[in-house]
Amino acid sequence: MRSVSGPLCLFAYTLLACAPVQASAWRLSEQCPASFDKRDSRCWLRSTYQQYGSLTGAGVGGLKTGLPPFRDGFTPQQIDLGRYLFFDPVMSANGKLACASCHVPGKGFTDHRVHSIGMGGHEVRRNAPSLWNVGFLKRFFWDGRAHSLEEQVQGPLYNATEMGNRPESLVKTLNGLPAYLTLFAQAFPPTGNAIGGDIAAAQVYTALAAFESSLISLNSRYDFYAQGVADALTPHELEGMNVFRSFVARCAECHTPPLFTNQQIAVIGMPEPAGMPFDAGAGAATDAPMLRGGFKIPSLRNAALTAPYGHSGQFGTLRETVAFYTGGRGHAVPKGENLHLHWHIWEPKLSGVELDRLVDFIGALTDESFLPAIPASLPSGLPPPIESTLGERS
Amino acid sequence: MKKSALVSIALVALAAWVGYTYGTRSGSHAPPTAAGSTTDTLASAKHTAGSAAALLKPGVSTGQVIVVKPGESIQDAVRKAQPGDTVQVMPGNYSETVYIDKDNIALVGVIHGGDWPTLDGQGKRNDAVLYSGNGIRVENLKITNYKGNAIMGQAGNNFVVRHNWIVNSGVYGIFPEFAQNGLIEYNTLTGIEDAAIYVGMSDNIHVAHNEVHGNVAGIESENSRHVIIEHNLAYDNAGGILTFITPGLPIKTAFDVIIRNNFVVANNHKNFGAPGSIVSGVPSGTGIIVMAADDVIIENNVIRDNKNAGIIVADHKSFANITPDPESDPSPDRVQVLPNLFADNGYEPIKDIQALMLAGLTRQGPDLVAVGSGSGSCVTNRDAIKWLGVSTWTACQRTSTSDVVTYLLDQPAPPRVLSAQDRGKLVYSSVCAGCHAYNVRMIGPPTQILQAMYAGNPQGIADYIAKPVRKREDFPPMPSQAHLSPDLRLAVAQYMLTVK
Ligand code: HEC
Ligand code: HEC
Ligand code: HEC
Repeated sequence: MRSVSGPLCLFAYTLLACAPVQASAWRLSEQCPASFDKRDSRCWLRSTYQQYGSLTGAGVGGLKTGLPPFRDGFTPQQIDLGRYLFFDPVMSANGKLACASCHVPGKGFTDHRVHSIGMGGHEVRRNAPSLWNVGFLKRFFWDGRAHSLEEQVQGPLYNATEMGNRPESLVKTLNGLPAYLTLFAQAFPPTGNAIGGDIAAAQVYTALAAFESSLISLNSRYDFYAQGVADALTPHELEGMNVFRSFVARCAECHTPPLFTNQQIAVIGMPEPAGMPFDAGAGAATDAPMLRGGFKIPSLRNAALTAPYGHSGQFGTLRETVAFYTGGRGHAVPKGENLHLHWHIWEPKLSGVELDRLVDFIGALTDESFLPAIPASLPSGLPPPIESTLGERS
Repeated sequence: MKKSALVSIALVALAAWVGYTYGTRSGSHAPPTAAGSTTDTLASAKHTAGSAAALLKPGVSTGQVIVVKPGESIQDAVRKAQPGDTVQVMPGNYSETVYIDKDNIALVGVIHGGDWPTLDGQGKRNDAVLYSGNGIRVENLKITNYKGNAIMGQAGNNFVVRHNWIVNSGVYGIFPEFAQNGLIEYNTLTGIEDAAIYVGMSDNIHVAHNEVHGNVAGIESENSRHVIIEHNLAYDNAGGILTFITPGLPIKTAFDVIIRNNFVVANNHKNFGAPGSIVSGVPSGTGIIVMAADDVIIENNVIRDNKNAGIIVADHKSFANITPDPESDPSPDRVQVLPNLFADNGYEPIKDIQALMLAGLTRQGPDLVAVGSGSGSCVTNRDAIKWLGVSTWTACQRTSTSDVVTYLLDQPAPPRVLSAQDRGKLVYSSVCAGCHAYNVRMIGPPTQILQAMYAGNPQGIADYIAKPVRKREDFPPMPSQAHLSPDLRLAVAQYMLTVK
């Protein structure tokens, strides 16, 4: 993937990002990222799917269906600031771990590990999900426990096994860095009589949410097909699409286009790696015992880039993952667990060829044309994580 | 809602369709011109039946008729068809999955001398017909031995599925999902392992004059609004007609459903639903079930000889296999049971109902039973029927539903048509802007520079992007945009020249 050496400046939103690190020299981009239009100084999503509707505005359906409600309206400066924060290890307690360490742009914003490794080599309990298109989601984490990007981000930041920080020390660190003071003032200009003040934790969350919502992947070959380009998919992929949306496999009932998730929690009984305890997922909340073993249905866009799969990272390949669905209803549920499996989980008896075609089709959902630029240098002065080492076992 | 003045008009239209249907069925010796005759009949229907005619307008095929004969592929014909065309399938056997991902295509069988065009899945194919386009019409097909669905629509609006004969064909027979404005009529379906006709997460659907028997469920309307189910014959299923809010789906409500003038008779078939499926929890012998749906009106049905119960009104808690969903309301509210003919229901009730009978000190199984929570429901002339659990229901104010002729829309659900300029802008922002920024070098040269190069020459840009050639040593090659239609390429080019 892209290197962070000299030529990377070509990809940066702003040429000035390549300038030497001097507080006064830091300027945030005034341009909206790809797929956004600037209006009233803010960035608004543009997608060909916006020409279609969707029943009760839910953003689920068939090929020409509108998208679910989306988080946009951030300023270009907020988005660009979020980009720096996302890549900056200064966000973690020990200054070694950035968001991008586990959500590596070149790895579909995952880390290609079964379970992520947090601070001090701690193994996180779950697999790192992709961040492509997160601006469309209404629940976050595998168990859906957070309801906004701003709420979500406080998980990794302050979890002892992930970035291990505390709100006070994070804010204190940032306020001690002149370059960040400059950048936050650009992203959050003082209003009215207020004079520019300290960096607040909420501003950190907003900027990260702004950057994350800019990660748009909606120009795959599947999308060309959906927009009416009949030969955008190969015959194998078309066959796969028909298996995917048929009521035998039922993939599209849960991984519903155009986002390839209907955003519900479903109990499907995907297993843990050997030796790991059962993960109750959404059922851990006391008011939802029937959802024991339930997880948020993940989008499959760019899934070909994000092995291993499932909340537990149990499946190494897409082929193994899709074969799970034809292994028999509840075949991987541990003995003694009485799960309320979703009614769409049944025994579709898919053939080996059909499984291959499903994998082909999921591959046609790949689109990383709007990968954001990795900053060449960081406002903290810390060395930016180098892509080749991002996500590697330390 | 349509007002009563339309009733007689609609009847005239129905008569026209019935005439048309029998005309086809009788297999005259005239050369088969299904598309032609359909056009005529629908044109005349248009004058009379307000909304249904509007629905059918796109089906009034203006385009070509592409004829498919045995040995040929229906999908090949669909591939060739342009919006407005009719694919006409001649009698004989076909085995394929036909998928229609474009708008306004009619897939119409020709039945000749009693011979049907038959799609046979041979027990190994998944679905017979899958469509996602708007304005799709599927007519006159015999469909058998598929594993998934006979006819499934995903977000196709303004559809017509009519006059099909579906036998032993998988999980659902006719299954429009995420659809607005559609008509399902004069079909016969049997041997389906879930619902023979299943209206899923849809709006404004009319299900009429169908025959469903020997299925787990006859007709099911799930998480759908503004649905009329009328004049159907549902017999020998495990459950006759169901209307549900099923939890865990992305669309959370079901309301304004009218179930009227149906024969719901002897639905005592063994429940052979797949383990874990929601219908596998439907007790065999049940005529009509309302689960959690609101504002359902049940009127003028003949509900007879259903051994468990005539009508069950239940909340989520009272139903097996249901996982609660905090976002959907578990109670059926404002259900109205108007006069219906009830006879011989409830002679072999399930244990739960027996327990209610015991508590209610009665030995008679119910015509109507309500279990669990719910409010605002009513029943007309409760004294005439055998009931359980409706003592708090009031007497209905409403006397009939004749004020609602149909919930179909007056005009087809509109596709959102953007101007060429807007589409150009969308494509520029969602595709080109990934590589071309206004005044900064990204992957491609800045737009500002290209504007200078191509000032007044949008066609030049349109031509270049269809077949980009290498121009600059220090840039990667630009990927071809030939997949965009010529007018869209021009629209993008025009927009690119105006970007600031
Ligand atoms: C130590 C590795 C690690 C780091 C560092 C990390 N994440 Fe994550 N991230 C994960 C894992 C693992 C999950 C899934 C956890 C779960 O579901 O319980 C996750 C989940 C998420 C999600 C939810 C996505 C979804 O589909 O629900 C978002 C958004 C996210 N992370 C953003 C961030 C941001 C922003 C940062 C930096 C502040 C960050 N992550 C830092 C590993 C990490
Ligand atoms: C009942 C809803 C449901 C159906 C039907 C369904 N899935 Fe899933 N899928 C899920 C859920 C929930 C998960 C996450 C499960 C977990 O992590 O434990 C998932 C995970 C996946 C993943 C892993 C994605 C990732 O990023 O880790 C893939 C791939 C996948 N499904 C493909 C399919 C295919 C192919 C089909 C059809 C054969 C299908 N699914 C049918 C709900 C469903
Ligand atoms: C994946 C990146 C990418 C995308 C997407 C892209 N371009 Fe380009 N474009 C380039 C590159 C790189 C060049 C320079 C090619 C060269 O000079 O050899 C270029 C060159 C051009 C040129 C200059 C031709 C000339 O005569 O010098 C035009 C005009 C153009 N693009 C228009 C468009 C339009 C319109 C779109 C959207 C429909 C688009 N591009 C999408 C990367 C892209």
